[in-house]
Amino acid sequence: MRAIFETFLRYRYLLYNLITRDLKVKYRRSVLGILWSLLNPIMLMLILSAVFSRIFRSGTEYFPVYLILGQTLFSFFNGATSSALFSVVGASALIKKIYVPKYIFPLEKIMFEFVNLLFSLVAAFLMIIIFGVPFSWTMLMFPIPLIAMLIFVIGLGMFLASLCVFFRDIQYLYSVILVAWTYLTPLFYPIEMLEGSWIYWIIKYQPLTCFITYFRNVVIYNTLPTLELNLLCFGYALFALIFGFWFFKKNQDKFILHI
Amino acid sequence: MENDVMVRVQNVTMKFNGATEKIDSIKEYIIKLFKRSLHFQLFNALTNVSFEVRKGEVLGLVGLNGSGKSTMLKIISGIMKPTEGTAEIYGSLSPLIELGAGFDPDLTGRENIFLNGSLLGYSKEFMESIYDEIVSFAELENFIDVQIKNYSSGMQARLGFAIATVVKPQILICDEVLAVGDYKFQKKCEERIQELMSGETTVILVSHSIEQIRKLCDRVVWLEKGNVRMIGPCEEVCDAYEKE
Repeated sequence: MRAIFETFLRYRYLLYNLITRDLKVKYRRSVLGILWSLLNPIMLMLILSAVFSRIFRSGTEYFPVYLILGQTLFSFFNGATSSALFSVVGASALIKKIYVPKYIFPLEKIMFEFVNLLFSLVAAFLMIIIFGVPFSWTMLMFPIPLIAMLIFVIGLGMFLASLCVFFRDIQYLYSVILVAWTYLTPLFYPIEMLEGSWIYWIIKYQPLTCFITYFRNVVIYNTLPTLELNLLCFGYALFALIFGFWFFKKNQDKFILHI
Repeated sequence: MENDVMVRVQNVTMKFNGATEKIDSIKEYIIKLFKRSLHFQLFNALTNVSFEVRKGEVLGLVGLNGSGKSTMLKIISGIMKPTEGTAEIYGSLSPLIELGAGFDPDLTGRENIFLNGSLLGYSKEFMESIYDEIVSFAELENFIDVQIKNYSSGMQARLGFAIATVVKPQILICDEVLAVGDYKFQKKCEERIQELMSGETTVILVSHSIEQIRKLCDRVVWLEKGNVRMIGPCEEVCDAYEKE
């Protein structure tokens, strides 16, 4: 355990360098640079709210803000897990030539997407002000669901990254799963619409709904999260983390033979 | 005497499976599973190899293509885990296996120096302290803020070599990368390597050039099809190897 911590400390500068490299490469060639991370969710929100506010007249309060929060968190999930999936295979040239702790690669991709999420949240914050969501003290709890979600994504990302080494076609399968997951998460519809149907229970208790509901509750609706919701969020996060690390560690010595 | 062992390789066996057909998709896996042809053909890249390298010694690895030299180096540098046996190293290790392995073409020379250094596990402060030396050794002062993709291959190799050798590691691993660039820089490289070898550094060297081995090594391990064919003083093993 101590050895793991020491190698992590030794390679933290590598982690930092890889993240800044990705940021530089991503933004170096675009004129608007980092602004894209702000504009993208706002434009998506405008489109979605133009379409869906006509369809779902159920009167969700602050519907555009409801949309942008869900959308931003989900696109973090989407981006982070997809790039983590390919991270180890993508770093094969390096892994074959030099010893580096391999978990650095999925971790780096996820942290990079997390930094992007933080930029996008600035856009969400602007919308909160523009649409006049009243300030409340529960808003200050917003990092809690983000941290739970980050832990969950790291666990899942480690699992996917190691699976992809052995089965490359997992990337096609996963992109289908992601589409299904998008519709099974209340991003642009209010979850109450589905009450009474069996699918309601799946949607309500799947991890992403928990994180997003938690986030919306404290930011928009001035609601303290229930104990149940807290337990669900951190339960999912810890389970994913432990399982992901265990699976990764069990298989990492075999990676070199398959990449 | 026992204390100066820097690298200890004990009964290392490396098995690769499925060398004949590699399965890397679920579809193939399931098809093979149903056809019951999911047999893995084992292939021994190394069989029961043991040797030790002492402090300050230059050890050569010789053998034909496919004799397991590169696999041995990968095991020593921790890239691969042996199927059986252990390879232990006592000290800091710098692999010169491929120069500039971690370069990102979209970053500048300066950014790549720091990225590459961190891949070797160096800290930011340390990289800052050796940065100038790297740049001046690679003779790239005027191009350091240019993206690497605009470098010539010689310039990239020079930068890679400078980063890998600026620190005096306790153990240096070389896989035929002793000379890069034009003849002037090649000479500089050779001097740098000689300097490292004559000092405290322990070196493990793979080369197909038997003259180079004779010139540089103290002891030689001769690998043949993954087995140690001969191990001993340089001249003796080189003579036997050349007679073959």
